[in-house]
Amino acid sequence: MINPTVDLVIQFGLMFAIGAVLALALMAVSHRLAPTSRNPNKGQPYECGVLPQEDSRLPFNVHFYLVAVLFVLFDLEAVFMYPWALALRSIGLLGLVEMLIFIFILLVGYFYAWKKGVLEWE
Amino acid sequence: MTDFIFLLIKGVLWVAVGVGMVPFLIYFERKWAGFFQSRVGPTYAGPWGSLQSFGDMAKLLSKEDVVPERADKAVFKLAPYILFVPGFLVMALIPFGPLNVDIFGHKVDLVIANFDAGAIMFMALGSIAVYGIVFAGWASNNHWSLLGGLRCGANMVSYEIAMGLALVGIFLMADSVNFSQIVDGQAGNFWNWYFIPQIVAFVIFFISSIAELNRDPFNVAEAEQELVAGHMTEYSGMRWGLFMFGEYVNMVVMSAVIATLFFGGWRAPFTALDFIPGFIWLIGKVLFFIFLYMWIRWTLPRYRYNQLMDIGWKIFLPLAIANLAVTAVIVSVVQR
Repeated sequence: MINPTVDLVIQFGLMFAIGAVLALALMAVSHRLAPTSRNPNKGQPYECGVLPQEDSRLPFNVHFYLVAVLFVLFDLEAVFMYPWALALRSIGLLGLVEMLIFIFILLVGYFYAWKKGVLEWE
Repeated sequence: MTDFIFLLIKGVLWVAVGVGMVPFLIYFERKWAGFFQSRVGPTYAGPWGSLQSFGDMAKLLSKEDVVPERADKAVFKLAPYILFVPGFLVMALIPFGPLNVDIFGHKVDLVIANFDAGAIMFMALGSIAVYGIVFAGWASNNHWSLLGGLRCGANMVSYEIAMGLALVGIFLMADSVNFSQIVDGQAGNFWNWYFIPQIVAFVIFFISSIAELNRDPFNVAEAEQELVAGHMTEYSGMRWGLFMFGEYVNMVVMSAVIATLFFGGWRAPFTALDFIPGFIWLIGKVLFFIFLYMWIRWTLPRYRYNQLMDIGWKIFLPLAIANLAVTAVIVSVVQR
């Protein structure tokens, strides 16, 4: 077509457009068909029939935050391994040994996090 | 211009088949659920209840769309779309036939986007769906939703690492992250498919994909008995329908990705069967994995949240790293 990069933008753009148009069309049809009636009780959040006392966006367990941080670390490692996996046949034994050392260091950090109790959920 | 017309035809056909399947998948899921639980499932709408999903859709379309008073309205409305759309982009990456096929004198690639970094794009798009769920949980301003959204976010994020590391084994064997080249690497009879040498990666990837898709036994986000409906508690009408629809679309897409990475994509199990078009094999494999998802969903009880995180972090992560190291050593030794 034009050039590989523009082609990819067109191709992904087309699929994005199909998905977005489908979703928006469903919502548009729903807005045409669905009734609307205002009632202050409808706007209340579901709380098993009890009126909510406070805002729901309370501080939450710090564990979720720790998991997020660990995820960022390990996902970066994974992304780091993708180019290595593709280059392994050309970089040979040296690249393999280096990556095994890297994985070893990664595992040390992983077991540290484990022993610190980051992975324990109560 | 003809290229663009072919692209349009490919895109519309692929979406028509992949998404057109969804109402029937929902019907079959309900029928299977009935079968597993000694019930009959839907029977009233159409012959054997086969139009049940369309009836449900008409119902959802005519339901009021309630947005809670204290919700963050913009984010609340955006969240279903964020879950829904990335699946379509992943669809663009799945090859359903060889490249450079001669159709009416035109060279056509039977894949929508022959992207060199396809598998990385797949991982990236998989992460975007997490935003949809976390946004939905946060924007609803409801205790159940927030807790469901957070749990689900942490769960998807944990399994994504195991998934990403399991994929490295495939990349090492195929020497590529392009889906078409990964399928080419599995040419020949079914014993050349990657699920045999990479059986560990396959098991990790498959179980993690159940967690990614938020299905039982890993659907802690909408654990009905604990959290009402998790991040979807405050959603109603078609906005809720988009979440449900998006989950099924993602299931079709994830099955197609598994078929492509581990089961030879559009290739026939025996080269003698190559006369049947690749598209049919791909759809057959997709249906097989969808059946597997449904079977698992209605057979196993839900895991407790800490067990779920333990499986992801303490079993799958080390296992995926071990698999990756062993594969790397073997690949290095074999080529020498």
